Amino acid sequence: MRMTLPIRPILAALRHHRSATTLIVLQIALTLAIVCNALFIVQQRVAHLSRPTGIDEANIGVIHNEWLGEHGTVETGALIASDLAVLRKLPGVVDAYADNTYPAVGPWAELLSINLKPDQHGHTSYAELYTVDDHALTTLGLKLVEGRNFHANEVLDVAGYDSVAPASVIITQELAEKLFPHASAVGKVVYLGSAPSTIVGVIRHLQVPATGTNTFAFRSVLAPVRLIMPSGSFYMLRARPGQLGAVLQAAPAALRAANPARLIDADGGVRRYSDLRFEGYARDRGVAILMSMICVVLLLATAGGMVGLSSFWVSQRRRQIGIRRALGATRGDILRYFQTENFLIVSFGIALGMALAIALNLQLMRHYELPRLSLYYLPIGALALWIIGQIATLGPALRAAAVPPVVATRSV
Amino acid sequence: MLYYYLALGLRSLRRNPALNILMILLIAVGMASSMVTFAALRAVSGDPMPGKSARLFVPQLDNRAPADRATEGESPGPLSYIDAVALLDAQRAYRQAAMYPVSLPLVPGDATRAPFTVTGYAVSADFFPMFDVPFDHGGSWSTLDDQRGGSAVVISRKLSQRLFGSVNSIGLSLQLGGHGYRVAGVTGDWNPQPHFYAGGDINDASYRGDPPDVYLPFRRAIDLQVATAGDDDCAPGYNSSDWNVRLRSECDWITMWVELHSAAQGSTYRRFLEGYAAEQQRDGRWPWPPDVRLRDMTEWLVHVRAVPEEARLSFALAVGLQVVCLVNVVGLLLAKFMRRRGEIGVRRALGASRQAIYAQFLTEGAMIGLAGGALGVLATAAGVFEIGGVFQPKIARLVHVDASLLGLTMLVSVAATLLAALYPTWRAAQVQPAWQLKSQ
Repeated sequence: MRMTLPIRPILAALRHHRSATTLIVLQIALTLAIVCNALFIVQQRVAHLSRPTGIDEANIGVIHNEWLGEHGTVETGALIASDLAVLRKLPGVVDAYADNTYPAVGPWAELLSINLKPDQHGHTSYAELYTVDDHALTTLGLKLVEGRNFHANEVLDVAGYDSVAPASVIITQELAEKLFPHASAVGKVVYLGSAPSTIVGVIRHLQVPATGTNTFAFRSVLAPVRLIMPSGSFYMLRARPGQLGAVLQAAPAALRAANPARLIDADGGVRRYSDLRFEGYARDRGVAILMSMICVVLLLATAGGMVGLSSFWVSQRRRQIGIRRALGATRGDILRYFQTENFLIVSFGIALGMALAIALNLQLMRHYELPRLSLYYLPIGALALWIIGQIATLGPALRAAAVPPVVATRSV
Repeated sequence: MLYYYLALGLRSLRRNPALNILMILLIAVGMASSMVTFAALRAVSGDPMPGKSARLFVPQLDNRAPADRATEGESPGPLSYIDAVALLDAQRAYRQAAMYPVSLPLVPGDATRAPFTVTGYAVSADFFPMFDVPFDHGGSWSTLDDQRGGSAVVISRKLSQRLFGSVNSIGLSLQLGGHGYRVAGVTGDWNPQPHFYAGGDINDASYRGDPPDVYLPFRRAIDLQVATAGDDDCAPGYNSSDWNVRLRSECDWITMWVELHSAAQGSTYRRFLEGYAAEQQRDGRWPWPPDVRLRDMTEWLVHVRAVPEEARLSFALAVGLQVVCLVNVVGLLLAKFMRRRGEIGVRRALGASRQAIYAQFLTEGAMIGLAGGALGVLATAAGVFEIGGVFQPKIARLVHVDASLLGLTMLVSVAATLLAALYPTWRAAQVQPAWQLKSQ
């Protein structure tokens, strides 16, 4: 069997159909450029929305509680403490704590500039704050890798808008490595503002409250503080597996029974954490779906175009095919001819498309917050187009191979 | 003659249906994707105050040391209470309104009903005429009320109906955040998108959707120490929970809007702001040279990035998709027309002019464009209907199909297909009759 590919005659034939070839090459190039960039955006968004929070998402519920009537800071602190006692006693509840935000998709984020010296110019790292008590680790399911948890008597009431200056903090491993790259962070002193805080513990992993951050997404600081905000608190509670629904049903009633002068909004006051997280990433998910749809449609359109054009060429060359067959070309030769032709055209398109993809990425980078295109998208996109091209030509090429040699002798 | 070309076109469409269906599908898919994303972009990038936006301005004063600024060289969004009140009292604009978002528990008078959270804004009285807020009943509180801190409140039609049913609620009282208010006005249909007046970075779905429930008098909200529900950004060292200390602090949480008689007066107002800022610097409040900004609404919407990035990005890529589809159609039309060289040769030989060939093949192209457009209209309508699966619900609700969108779909389909047909038609018109007849 002859395995030499008929490249030279194909190139001659393509020169003959210069405009049609140019069009399909252009189309493949545009497709490659758009698909690479769209898939890159999909990958960015999927990576963003699938970042691990580090908490036991499936079993955590969030209750937003506001107090009716005016209470002082200390009084509100006591009210929150007794609410938490009620929640912790509910059947099915593992533990509970209060904060003014929650991980990954929280409504608020307190940005911290962490310094290693009190009068430092320029911060050592950004981080975000959780104001918690000694129950946060068990509630969220966080793993302490070093040091200790807070003690109950460390927790201070702080009125919202006052500076938080805790004597002790717990930080994530990632932040610890950033602050003290070659040593244990436990026992070290950091400055959240002007007052010193001692790191008493390091937890393995916890995402910060804000969705948007990328550079310090896992640099969380836990402070033993009960923050008294006029907007109320979020009670975070963890249920035993499978019992979250029942717990969230019972919790508002139990809280109202203990103290009716409160507002837990009927519409959105009690939520599963997993639902909040799902909604919080709706934007990323939407973009990912939309871009994937564009890619699929684009590849289908390109495949359709290649089927159409190869069918046309096959029907146009029936005579020539017949002559080649009459002169001894096998069916395989004819099949191989069209498959090779398509491979060459797609290859030209890919060569142009790679340059276009990079140019498009540079344009997108100028107008949108997008990083540089990872280059491995180019060979992946190229491979996809080669495969699609081969599949798209297969039908027409098989029809060409089926042309009987007798066609050569017949007039049109 | 056109009728003849239409008849020829129809016959040709029937001749190779697979190729034609492919082209029609390509046009429809390309159209639908760019039109659906265009509808989304149109929904999120409209002018919220048409006819007035050039006269509405947001003054910004930098009260932050250059080193503490969020972005280098960029002034903070909102104003401090000190500056907001100074600008309100100066009365240098035609209208001026200070505002900040609030979220408060509302306890219904009927004790059997559960309390619920209402959201809205603390605003000065100029807010309503400045933003053309219509009233179902009553109206705004007076400017006098504004200064004295009266207990009037304006509520939305929806909240009025929720609380008081269908009765006219003017003069009725309600309990908001533990304080009594008297309804002075009920707003009618008013919901410009996005909620541009919210201040801060509004590149988020939460600044779209339902209109505010309540509007409290700014002065009264300050007197009652109603905290902002939005961002409150303090210069280092100014954090304090003491309300009166806060009012004197370099904390930025109040958005100002001013309405001028004309866009041209912007420079006059800017000079006033620069004068005020320079005065504050002389008084020793800021050791650094003042950074003053006065943005009109269009500039403000760009500054706060009101148009979600994904809307523009998806439109850009959808247009790319359409270009690919069109290039595809050019190729297929070329194939289709060139296949009929023989027919063209015969027609030319029988006396048809080049022009006649142009007319015939462009008519055929337009017919494919029409068919593609019709299918594209259906696909666009379906796409907009299903857009909730891709865009956030609050944004998806704003996206709608109307006659202009569908008309545009049709128009662009035909125009684009004609454009795509130009080159293949030109090639068809170049066919040499003698050559074709000889090779038959």
